[in-house]
Amino acid sequence: MNFIKILDMLSNKDLLSKAGSRRDSFDQFKKLGTSVALASIPFGLAATSAKTKAANSAMFGTFGTADNIDVLNFALTLEYLERSYYRQGLDALGLIPSADQTVFATISKHEDIHVEFLKAALGDKAIAEPTFDFTGKPGGLNLDPFGDYPTFLALAQGFEDTGVRAYKGQAGALANDNDLLQYALQIHSVEARHAAQVRRMRNEKGWITQSENTLPAAFAGIYGGATPESNKTQGGVDLAGKFGAFGGDNALTEAFDEPLTMDEVLAIGGVFIV
Amino acid sequence: MKKELLKEQDGQRDFNKRRQFLKLSGVVVIGSGLMMACSNDDDGTDLDPEVFDLGSGNLGILNYAYALEQLEAAFYTKVLDGAYWAGAPANEKRILEDVYNHEVIHREFFKTAITAVAPNDIVPQLEFNFSSVDFSSRASVLGTSKVLEDTGVKAYNGAGKLINVGDAAGMAYLTLAGKIVSVEARHASVIRDLLNPKSQDFAGDDILIGLSGTGKAFDKAAEPSEVLAEVGATGFVVTPFTAKNLPTS
Repeated sequence: MNFIKILDMLSNKDLLSKAGSRRDSFDQFKKLGTSVALASIPFGLAATSAKTKAANSAMFGTFGTADNIDVLNFALTLEYLERSYYRQGLDALGLIPSADQTVFATISKHEDIHVEFLKAALGDKAIAEPTFDFTGKPGGLNLDPFGDYPTFLALAQGFEDTGVRAYKGQAGALANDNDLLQYALQIHSVEARHAAQVRRMRNEKGWITQSENTLPAAFAGIYGGATPESNKTQGGVDLAGKFGAFGGDNALTEAFDEPLTMDEVLAIGGVFIV
Repeated sequence: MKKELLKEQDGQRDFNKRRQFLKLSGVVVIGSGLMMACSNDDDGTDLDPEVFDLGSGNLGILNYAYALEQLEAAFYTKVLDGAYWAGAPANEKRILEDVYNHEVIHREFFKTAITAVAPNDIVPQLEFNFSSVDFSSRASVLGTSKVLEDTGVKAYNGAGKLINVGDAAGMAYLTLAGKIVSVEARHASVIRDLLNPKSQDFAGDDILIGLSGTGKAFDKAAEPSEVLAEVGATGFVVTPFTAKNLPTS
Protein backbone atom coordinates (compact mmCIF):
# COMPACT_ATOMS: atom_id res chain seq x y z
CA MET A 1 0.00 0.00 0.00
CA ASN A 2 1.44 3.37 -0.80
CA PHE A 3 1.58 5.92 1.91
CA ILE A 4 -1.03 8.17 0.34
CA LYS A 5 -3.54 5.41 0.91
CA ILE A 6 -2.39 5.03 4.48
CA LEU A 7 -2.74 8.74 4.97
CA ASP A 8 -6.28 8.55 3.65
CA MET A 9 -7.00 5.73 6.00
CA LEU A 10 -5.63 7.67 8.93
CA SER A 11 -7.20 10.99 8.26
CA ASN A 12 -10.65 9.74 7.58
CA LYS A 13 -12.45 12.72 8.99
CA ASP A 14 -15.72 11.00 8.07
CA LEU A 15 -15.28 8.98 11.19
CA LEU A 16 -16.48 11.86 13.26
CA SER A 17 -18.87 13.47 10.86
CA LYS A 18 -20.53 10.15 10.12
CA ALA A 19 -21.03 9.60 13.78
CA GLY A 20 -23.19 12.67 13.58
CA SER A 21 -21.98 14.45 16.65
CA ARG A 22 -19.13 14.48 19.04
CA ARG A 23 -21.51 13.41 21.69
CA ASP A 24 -22.09 10.19 19.79
CA SER A 25 -18.44 9.47 19.60
CA PHE A 26 -18.13 10.18 23.26
CA ASP A 27 -20.84 7.65 23.96
CA GLN A 28 -18.95 5.12 21.92
CA PHE A 29 -15.90 5.70 24.01
CA LYS A 30 -17.96 5.33 27.12
CA LYS A 31 -19.41 2.05 25.99
CA LEU A 32 -15.94 0.82 25.34
CA GLY A 33 -14.94 1.80 28.83
CA THR A 34 -17.36 -0.66 30.29
CA SER A 35 -16.34 -3.52 28.05
CA VAL A 36 -12.57 -3.15 27.99
CA ALA A 37 -10.84 -2.89 31.29
CA LEU A 38 -7.92 -0.95 29.90
CA ALA A 39 -10.02 1.77 28.44
CA SER A 40 -10.79 3.29 31.76
CA ILE A 41 -7.95 5.74 32.08
CA PRO A 42 -6.72 7.36 28.90
CA PHE A 43 -8.29 10.76 28.38
CA GLY A 44 -10.74 10.10 31.19
CA LEU A 45 -13.19 9.21 28.47
CA ALA A 46 -14.75 6.36 30.29
CA ALA A 47 -15.77 8.41 33.28
CA THR A 48 -19.46 8.34 33.84
CA SER A 49 -20.31 11.25 36.07
CA ALA A 50 -22.31 13.97 34.40
CA LYS A 51 -19.71 16.50 35.40
CA THR A 52 -16.86 14.62 33.77
CA LYS A 53 -18.98 13.99 30.74
CA ALA A 54 -19.61 17.66 30.35
CA ALA A 55 -15.95 18.42 30.84
CA ASN A 56 -14.98 15.87 28.24
CA SER A 57 -17.51 17.15 25.77
CA ALA A 58 -16.22 20.64 26.31
CA MET A 59 -12.70 19.44 25.74
CA PHE A 60 -13.70 17.74 22.53
CA GLY A 61 -15.54 20.82 21.41
CA THR A 62 -12.59 23.06 22.13
CA PHE A 63 -9.77 21.04 20.70
CA GLY A 64 -11.47 18.61 18.39
CA THR A 65 -10.51 15.02 18.87
CA ALA A 66 -10.29 14.19 15.21
CA ASP A 67 -6.68 15.27 14.99
CA ASN A 68 -5.74 13.49 18.18
CA ILE A 69 -7.43 10.34 16.93
CA ASP A 70 -5.44 10.58 13.72
CA VAL A 71 -2.26 10.92 15.71
CA LEU A 72 -3.07 7.97 17.94
CA ASN A 73 -3.96 5.82 14.95
CA PHE A 74 -0.71 6.84 13.35
CA ALA A 75 1.12 5.73 16.50
CA LEU A 76 -0.92 2.54 16.57
CA THR A 77 0.08 1.77 12.98
CA LEU A 78 3.74 1.99 13.95
CA GLU A 79 3.21 -0.13 17.02
CA TYR A 80 1.30 -2.75 15.00
CA LEU A 81 4.24 -2.85 12.62
CA GLU A 82 6.79 -3.27 15.39
CA ARG A 83 4.70 -5.85 17.23
CA SER A 84 4.26 -7.93 14.11
CA TYR A 85 7.93 -7.66 13.28
CA TYR A 86 9.27 -8.82 16.63
CA ARG A 87 6.70 -11.57 17.00
CA GLN A 88 7.69 -13.00 13.64
CA GLY A 89 11.34 -12.57 14.48
CA LEU A 90 11.01 -14.43 17.77
CA ASP A 91 8.98 -17.15 16.04
CA ALA A 92 11.57 -17.68 13.30
CA LEU A 93 13.53 -20.72 14.43
CA GLY A 94 17.25 -20.19 14.62
CA LEU A 95 17.08 -16.51 13.70
CA ILE A 96 17.89 -14.76 16.96
CA PRO A 97 20.96 -16.12 18.78
CA SER A 98 20.20 -17.21 22.31
CA ALA A 99 22.40 -14.45 23.73
CA ASP A 100 20.12 -11.86 22.10
CA GLN A 101 16.79 -13.50 22.92
CA THR A 102 16.23 -11.57 26.15
CA VAL A 103 16.65 -8.22 24.44
CA PHE A 104 14.17 -8.99 21.69
CA ALA A 105 11.69 -10.66 24.01
CA THR A 106 11.80 -7.47 26.11
CA ILE A 107 11.26 -5.18 23.13
CA SER A 108 8.52 -7.41 21.77
CA LYS A 109 6.72 -7.37 25.11
CA HIS A 110 6.81 -3.57 25.17
CA GLU A 111 5.41 -3.29 21.66
CA ASP A 112 2.60 -5.69 22.59
CA ILE A 113 1.71 -3.43 25.50
CA HIS A 114 1.93 -0.25 23.42
CA VAL A 115 -0.54 -1.74 20.93
CA GLU A 116 -2.83 -2.87 23.70
CA PHE A 117 -2.73 0.57 25.33
CA LEU A 118 -3.35 2.57 22.15
CA LYS A 119 -6.15 0.25 21.03
CA ALA A 120 -7.85 0.59 24.36
CA ALA A 121 -7.43 4.36 24.25
CA LEU A 122 -8.92 4.58 20.78
CA GLY A 123 -11.70 2.08 21.33
CA ASP A 124 -13.73 1.63 18.19
CA LYS A 125 -11.82 4.45 16.56
CA ALA A 126 -8.77 2.20 16.41
CA ILE A 127 -7.81 1.27 12.88
CA ALA A 128 -7.49 -2.42 12.07
CA GLU A 129 -4.04 -3.93 11.84
CA PRO A 130 -2.66 -3.59 8.31
CA THR A 131 -1.10 -6.56 6.55
CA PHE A 132 2.67 -6.30 6.72
CA ASP A 133 5.23 -7.69 4.34
CA PHE A 134 8.68 -7.35 5.86
CA THR A 135 10.42 -8.35 2.67
CA GLY A 136 9.65 -4.77 1.65
CA LYS A 137 7.98 -6.00 -1.53
CA PRO A 138 5.35 -3.22 -1.43
CA GLY A 139 8.27 -0.82 -1.70
CA GLY A 140 10.03 -2.81 -4.40
CA LEU A 141 12.55 -4.44 -2.06
CA ASN A 142 13.40 -8.07 -1.51
CA LEU A 143 14.69 -8.40 2.05
CA ASP A 144 14.95 -11.52 4.19
CA PRO A 145 14.74 -10.26 7.79
CA PHE A 146 13.46 -13.54 9.24
CA GLY A 147 16.08 -15.66 7.50
CA ASP A 148 19.07 -13.39 7.88
CA TYR A 149 19.93 -12.04 11.32
CA PRO A 150 21.94 -8.99 10.20
CA THR A 151 18.92 -7.92 8.13
CA PHE A 152 16.64 -8.51 11.10
CA LEU A 153 18.85 -6.30 13.27
CA ALA A 154 19.07 -3.62 10.59
CA LEU A 155 15.31 -3.34 10.16
CA ALA A 156 14.81 -3.40 13.93
CA GLN A 157 17.14 -0.43 14.22
CA GLY A 158 15.30 1.32 11.41
CA PHE A 159 11.90 0.79 13.01
CA GLU A 160 13.05 1.95 16.45
CA ASP A 161 14.85 5.04 15.21
CA THR A 162 11.82 5.82 13.06
CA GLY A 163 9.53 5.32 16.04
CA VAL A 164 11.50 7.80 18.13
CA ARG A 165 11.36 10.42 15.41
CA ALA A 166 7.71 9.73 14.66
CA TYR A 167 6.50 10.24 18.23
CA LYS A 168 8.66 13.33 18.53
CA GLY A 169 7.07 14.74 15.41
CA GLN A 170 3.61 14.47 16.95
CA ALA A 171 4.33 16.07 20.33
CA GLY A 172 3.13 19.44 19.10
CA ALA A 173 -0.08 17.97 17.74
CA LEU A 174 -0.84 16.42 21.11
CA ALA A 175 0.04 19.51 23.11
CA ASN A 176 -3.65 20.37 23.45
CA ASP A 177 -4.12 17.39 25.76
CA ASN A 178 -1.77 17.04 28.71
CA ASP A 179 -2.57 13.39 29.34
CA LEU A 180 -2.14 12.34 25.74
CA LEU A 181 1.06 14.31 25.40
CA GLN A 182 2.53 12.68 28.47
CA TYR A 183 1.53 9.15 27.41
CA ALA A 184 3.15 9.76 24.05
CA LEU A 185 6.34 11.00 25.70
CA GLN A 186 6.37 7.96 27.97
CA ILE A 187 6.31 5.69 24.93
CA HIS A 188 8.72 7.88 22.96
CA SER A 189 11.59 7.49 25.42
CA VAL A 190 11.10 3.72 25.60
CA GLU A 191 11.45 3.56 21.83
CA ALA A 192 14.69 5.50 22.27
CA ARG A 193 15.93 2.95 24.82
CA HIS A 194 15.13 0.18 22.32
CA ALA A 195 16.80 2.05 19.48
CA ALA A 196 20.03 2.57 21.40
CA GLN A 197 20.18 -1.09 22.39
CA VAL A 198 19.59 -2.41 18.88
CA ARG A 199 22.08 0.06 17.39
CA ARG A 200 24.76 -1.17 19.76
CA MET A 201 24.04 -4.79 18.82
CA ARG A 202 24.98 -3.70 15.28
CA ASN A 203 28.17 -2.12 16.59
CA GLU A 204 26.73 1.33 16.06
CA LYS A 205 26.75 4.07 18.64
CA GLY A 206 23.54 4.23 20.66
CA TRP A 207 22.99 7.75 19.31
CA ILE A 208 22.69 9.06 15.77
CA THR A 209 25.68 10.89 14.29
CA GLN A 210 24.83 13.38 11.54
CA SER A 211 22.38 11.57 9.21
CA GLU A 212 24.48 8.43 8.93
CA ASN A 213 22.52 5.52 7.53
CA THR A 214 23.99 2.04 7.83
CA LEU A 215 20.77 0.38 6.67
CA PRO A 216 19.98 -0.47 3.04
CA ALA A 217 20.08 2.72 0.97
CA ALA A 218 16.31 2.67 0.57
CA PHE A 219 16.05 3.68 4.23
CA ALA A 220 18.11 6.86 4.12
CA GLY A 221 14.86 8.70 4.83
CA ILE A 222 14.92 7.33 8.37
CA TYR A 223 17.79 9.70 9.12
CA GLY A 224 16.88 12.45 6.67
CA GLY A 225 13.70 14.41 6.20
CA ALA A 226 12.73 18.06 6.39
CA THR A 227 14.58 18.32 9.70
CA PRO A 228 17.33 15.74 9.21
CA GLU A 229 19.25 14.15 12.05
CA SER A 230 22.20 16.23 10.87
CA ASN A 231 20.34 19.43 11.83
CA LYS A 232 22.58 21.85 13.72
CA THR A 233 20.15 24.67 14.44
CA GLN A 234 18.29 24.37 17.73
CA GLY A 235 15.72 26.82 19.01
CA GLY A 236 16.67 29.18 16.20
CA VAL A 237 20.33 29.18 17.23
CA ASP A 238 22.85 27.95 14.67
CA LEU A 239 25.19 25.82 16.76
CA ALA A 240 27.37 24.54 13.91
CA GLY A 241 31.05 24.80 14.66
CA LYS A 242 30.49 25.92 18.24
CA PHE A 243 31.54 22.77 20.05
CA GLY A 244 34.97 22.01 18.70
CA ALA A 245 36.25 21.06 22.15
CA PHE A 246 33.26 18.82 22.81
CA GLY A 247 33.11 16.43 19.89
CA GLY A 248 32.33 19.06 17.27
CA ASP A 249 29.36 18.90 14.95
CA ASN A 250 29.20 15.12 15.20
CA ALA A 251 28.52 15.32 18.93
CA LEU A 252 26.17 18.23 18.36
CA THR A 253 23.99 16.16 16.04
CA GLU A 254 24.13 13.22 18.43
CA ALA A 255 22.97 15.41 21.30
CA PHE A 256 19.63 16.23 19.66
CA ASP A 257 17.28 13.73 18.05
CA GLU A 258 15.07 15.20 15.35
CA PRO A 259 11.41 14.73 14.42
CA LEU A 260 9.92 13.19 11.30
CA THR A 261 6.62 14.38 9.90
CA MET A 262 3.70 12.00 9.60
CA ASP A 263 4.14 11.88 5.81
CA GLU A 264 7.83 11.08 6.13
CA VAL A 265 7.12 8.25 8.54
CA LEU A 266 4.37 6.81 6.39
CA ALA A 267 6.65 6.86 3.36
CA ILE A 268 9.08 4.70 5.36
CA GLY A 269 6.42 2.42 6.81
CA GLY A 270 4.62 2.11 3.49
CA VAL A 271 7.47 -0.04 2.20
CA PHE A 272 6.21 -2.81 4.49
CA ILE A 273 2.45 -2.35 4.29
CA VAL A 274 0.54 -4.40 1.74
CA MET B 1 39.30 30.87 50.53
CA LYS B 2 35.62 30.25 50.11
CA LYS B 3 36.33 26.87 48.59
CA GLU B 4 38.49 25.80 51.49
CA LEU B 5 35.81 26.85 53.86
CA LEU B 6 33.30 24.77 52.00
CA LYS B 7 35.51 21.75 52.11
CA GLU B 8 36.19 22.02 55.79
CA GLN B 9 32.57 22.30 56.65
CA ASP B 10 31.58 19.50 54.32
CA GLY B 11 33.42 17.12 56.56
CA GLN B 12 31.42 18.20 59.55
CA ARG B 13 28.23 17.76 57.66
CA ASP B 14 28.79 14.27 56.35
CA PHE B 15 26.11 12.89 58.59
CA ASN B 16 23.36 14.74 56.83
CA LYS B 17 24.77 15.21 53.38
CA ARG B 18 21.98 13.20 51.89
CA ARG B 19 19.32 15.20 53.59
CA GLN B 20 20.44 18.66 52.75
CA PHE B 21 17.32 19.75 51.04
CA LEU B 22 14.36 21.22 52.73
CA LYS B 23 10.78 20.90 51.81
CA LEU B 24 8.98 23.89 53.20
CA SER B 25 5.26 23.93 52.54
CA GLY B 26 5.72 22.42 49.13
CA VAL B 27 8.68 24.60 48.25
CA VAL B 28 11.78 22.69 47.37
CA VAL B 29 15.03 24.30 48.37
CA ILE B 30 18.07 22.40 47.27
CA GLY B 31 21.75 22.94 47.76
CA SER B 32 23.76 22.52 50.92
CA GLY B 33 25.30 25.94 50.39
CA LEU B 34 22.21 27.51 51.87
CA MET B 35 23.11 26.46 55.39
CA MET B 36 26.73 27.14 54.70
CA ALA B 37 26.14 30.71 53.76
CA CYS B 38 23.88 31.33 56.71
CA SER B 39 26.41 30.06 59.21
CA ASN B 40 29.28 32.08 57.84
CA ASP B 41 28.12 35.62 58.03
CA ASP B 42 30.21 36.45 61.08
CA ASP B 43 33.08 37.95 59.16
CA GLY B 44 31.36 41.24 58.60
CA THR B 45 30.26 40.70 55.04
CA ASP B 46 26.71 39.92 54.21
CA LEU B 47 26.75 36.38 52.97
CA ASP B 48 23.07 35.88 53.38
CA PRO B 49 22.37 34.91 49.82
CA GLU B 50 19.59 35.99 47.66
CA VAL B 51 18.61 32.45 46.85
CA PHE B 52 17.88 32.00 43.18
CA ASP B 53 14.43 30.87 42.20
CA LEU B 54 13.93 29.01 38.92
CA GLY B 55 11.07 31.29 38.04
CA SER B 56 7.66 30.74 36.53
CA GLY B 57 6.14 29.72 33.21
CA ASN B 58 8.28 28.56 30.33
CA LEU B 59 11.31 30.38 31.70
CA GLY B 60 11.03 28.36 34.89
CA ILE B 61 10.93 25.11 32.91
CA LEU B 62 13.95 26.16 30.85
CA ASN B 63 15.87 27.03 34.01
CA TYR B 64 14.83 23.69 35.51
CA ALA B 65 16.21 21.87 32.47
CA TYR B 66 19.36 24.00 32.53
CA ALA B 67 19.97 23.17 36.20
CA LEU B 68 19.62 19.45 35.48
CA GLU B 69 21.94 19.66 32.48
CA GLN B 70 24.49 21.55 34.59
CA LEU B 71 24.39 18.70 37.08
CA GLU B 72 24.87 16.05 34.40
CA ALA B 73 27.64 17.95 32.62
CA ALA B 74 29.47 18.55 35.90
CA PHE B 75 29.23 14.88 36.77
CA TYR B 76 30.71 13.67 33.48
CA THR B 77 33.43 16.30 33.70
CA LYS B 78 34.51 14.63 36.93
CA VAL B 79 34.15 11.20 35.34
CA LEU B 80 36.58 12.10 32.57
CA ASP B 81 39.03 13.41 35.17
CA GLY B 82 38.76 10.20 37.17
CA ALA B 83 40.79 7.03 37.44
CA TYR B 84 38.05 4.69 36.29
CA TRP B 85 37.64 6.48 32.98
CA ALA B 86 41.40 6.70 32.48
CA GLY B 87 41.74 2.94 32.69
CA ALA B 88 38.42 1.86 31.22
CA PRO B 89 38.09 -0.34 28.12
CA ALA B 90 38.06 1.66 24.89
CA ASN B 91 34.34 1.27 24.23
CA GLU B 92 33.40 2.46 27.71
CA LYS B 93 35.76 5.42 27.42
CA ARG B 94 34.24 6.40 24.14
CA ILE B 95 30.68 6.07 25.42
CA LEU B 96 31.33 8.20 28.49
CA GLU B 97 33.18 10.80 26.44
CA ASP B 98 30.25 10.97 24.02
CA VAL B 99 27.78 11.36 26.89
CA TYR B 100 29.99 14.04 28.41
CA ASN B 101 30.02 15.92 25.11
CA HIS B 102 26.24 15.66 24.75
CA GLU B 103 25.56 16.92 28.26
CA VAL B 104 27.96 19.85 27.89
CA ILE B 105 26.27 20.71 24.61
CA HIS B 106 22.84 20.55 26.28
CA ARG B 107 24.09 22.77 29.08
CA GLU B 108 25.63 25.32 26.76
CA PHE B 109 22.58 25.28 24.53
CA PHE B 110 20.27 26.14 27.45
CA LYS B 111 22.68 28.79 28.66
CA THR B 112 22.63 30.43 25.23
CA ALA B 113 18.88 30.08 24.74
CA ILE B 114 17.90 31.40 28.17
CA THR B 115 20.43 34.21 28.09
CA ALA B 116 18.90 35.34 24.81
CA VAL B 117 15.43 35.73 26.28
CA ALA B 118 16.03 36.41 29.98
CA PRO B 119 19.66 37.40 30.67
CA ASN B 120 18.85 38.54 34.21
CA ASP B 121 16.79 35.53 35.22
CA ILE B 122 18.97 32.62 34.18
CA VAL B 123 20.11 30.08 36.76
CA PRO B 124 23.63 30.98 37.83
CA GLN B 125 26.50 28.58 37.33
CA LEU B 126 25.83 26.00 40.02
CA GLU B 127 28.47 24.48 42.23
CA PHE B 128 28.44 20.73 42.81
CA ASN B 129 30.00 18.31 45.24
CA PHE B 130 30.44 14.75 44.06
CA SER B 131 32.46 13.57 47.04
CA SER B 132 30.04 10.68 47.57
CA VAL B 133 30.97 9.26 44.17
CA ASP B 134 34.11 7.14 43.83
CA PHE B 135 35.43 8.18 40.43
CA SER B 136 37.92 5.33 40.47
CA SER B 137 35.14 2.78 40.69
CA ARG B 138 33.26 1.51 37.66
CA ALA B 139 30.24 0.56 39.77
CA SER B 140 30.10 3.97 41.42
CA VAL B 141 30.52 5.92 38.18
CA LEU B 142 28.12 3.87 36.05
CA GLY B 143 25.65 3.47 38.92
CA THR B 144 25.49 7.25 39.39
CA SER B 145 25.30 7.79 35.64
CA LYS B 146 22.36 5.42 35.43
CA VAL B 147 20.44 7.31 38.11
CA LEU B 148 21.17 10.70 36.52
CA GLU B 149 20.10 9.58 33.04
CA ASP B 150 16.93 7.85 34.22
CA THR B 151 16.15 10.97 36.22
CA GLY B 152 16.67 13.13 33.15
CA VAL B 153 14.23 10.99 31.18
CA LYS B 154 11.44 11.19 33.71
CA ALA B 155 12.10 14.88 34.32
CA TYR B 156 11.71 15.82 30.66
CA ASN B 157 8.76 13.47 30.26
CA GLY B 158 7.03 15.20 33.15
CA ALA B 159 7.97 18.70 32.02
CA GLY B 160 6.42 18.40 28.57
CA LYS B 161 2.89 19.14 29.68
CA LEU B 162 4.08 22.04 31.85
CA ILE B 163 5.31 23.95 28.83
CA ASN B 164 2.87 26.60 27.72
CA VAL B 165 2.54 26.12 23.97
CA GLY B 166 0.37 29.18 23.56
CA ASP B 167 2.97 30.82 21.35
CA ALA B 168 5.52 29.74 18.78
CA ALA B 169 8.35 29.84 21.28
CA GLY B 170 6.46 27.51 23.61
CA MET B 171 5.92 25.03 20.80
CA ALA B 172 9.65 25.21 20.03
CA TYR B 173 10.47 24.51 23.68
CA LEU B 174 8.25 21.43 23.65
CA THR B 175 9.95 20.18 20.51
CA LEU B 176 13.34 20.80 22.10
CA ALA B 177 12.38 18.86 25.19
CA GLY B 178 11.46 16.01 22.85
CA LYS B 179 14.74 16.26 20.99
CA ILE B 180 16.72 16.03 24.21
CA VAL B 181 14.73 13.50 26.18
CA SER B 182 15.23 10.72 23.65
CA VAL B 183 18.97 11.29 23.79
CA GLU B 184 18.83 11.03 27.59
CA ALA B 185 16.91 7.79 27.11
CA ARG B 186 19.56 6.51 24.71
CA HIS B 187 22.18 7.32 27.34
CA ALA B 188 20.21 5.53 30.04
CA SER B 189 19.82 2.49 27.82
CA VAL B 190 23.51 2.31 26.98
CA ILE B 191 24.73 2.81 30.55
CA ARG B 192 22.27 0.20 31.79
CA ASP B 193 23.48 -2.24 29.18
CA LEU B 194 27.08 -1.65 30.20
CA LEU B 195 26.12 -2.61 33.74
CA ASN B 196 24.17 -5.71 32.73
CA PRO B 197 24.83 -6.58 29.08
CA LYS B 198 22.09 -8.02 26.89
CA SER B 199 19.69 -8.31 29.78
CA GLN B 200 16.32 -6.60 29.89
CA ASP B 201 17.86 -3.74 31.87
CA PHE B 202 18.28 -1.29 28.96
CA ALA B 203 14.54 -0.78 29.37
CA GLY B 204 14.10 -2.74 32.55
CA ASP B 205 11.12 -3.51 34.71
CA ASP B 206 13.00 -1.75 37.52
CA ILE B 207 12.51 1.61 35.81
CA LEU B 208 9.48 1.26 33.51
CA ILE B 209 5.88 1.46 34.65
CA GLY B 210 2.48 0.36 33.44
CA LEU B 211 -0.29 2.79 32.55
CA SER B 212 -3.86 2.12 33.56
CA GLY B 213 -3.25 -1.51 34.33
CA THR B 214 -0.96 -2.46 31.47
CA GLY B 215 2.31 -4.28 31.88
CA LYS B 216 5.49 -2.23 32.21
CA ALA B 217 6.34 -0.60 28.91
CA PHE B 218 6.39 3.13 29.64
CA ASP B 219 8.97 5.49 31.06
CA LYS B 220 8.03 7.48 34.11
CA ALA B 221 7.02 11.12 33.94
CA ALA B 222 7.88 13.00 37.13
CA GLU B 223 6.89 16.42 38.43
CA PRO B 224 9.72 18.91 39.05
CA SER B 225 9.03 18.80 42.79
CA GLU B 226 9.73 15.06 42.84
CA VAL B 227 12.82 15.35 40.64
CA LEU B 228 14.28 18.25 42.62
CA ALA B 229 13.67 16.50 45.92
CA GLU B 230 15.56 13.47 44.60
CA VAL B 231 18.35 15.59 43.21
CA GLY B 232 18.57 17.45 46.51
CA ALA B 233 18.78 14.16 48.36
CA THR B 234 21.90 13.16 46.45
CA GLY B 235 23.77 16.00 48.12
CA PHE B 236 25.41 16.85 44.77
CA VAL B 237 24.08 20.39 44.54
CA VAL B 238 25.97 22.96 46.61
CA THR B 239 24.53 26.22 45.29
CA PRO B 240 21.07 26.69 46.74
CA PHE B 241 18.09 27.46 44.59
CA THR B 242 14.36 27.21 44.94
CA ALA B 243 11.51 26.16 42.69
CA LYS B 244 8.62 28.11 44.13
CA ASN B 245 6.92 29.23 40.97
CA LEU B 246 7.16 26.43 38.41
CA PRO B 247 3.94 25.61 36.61
CA THR B 248 2.09 22.60 37.95
CA SER B 249 -0.10 21.86 34.97
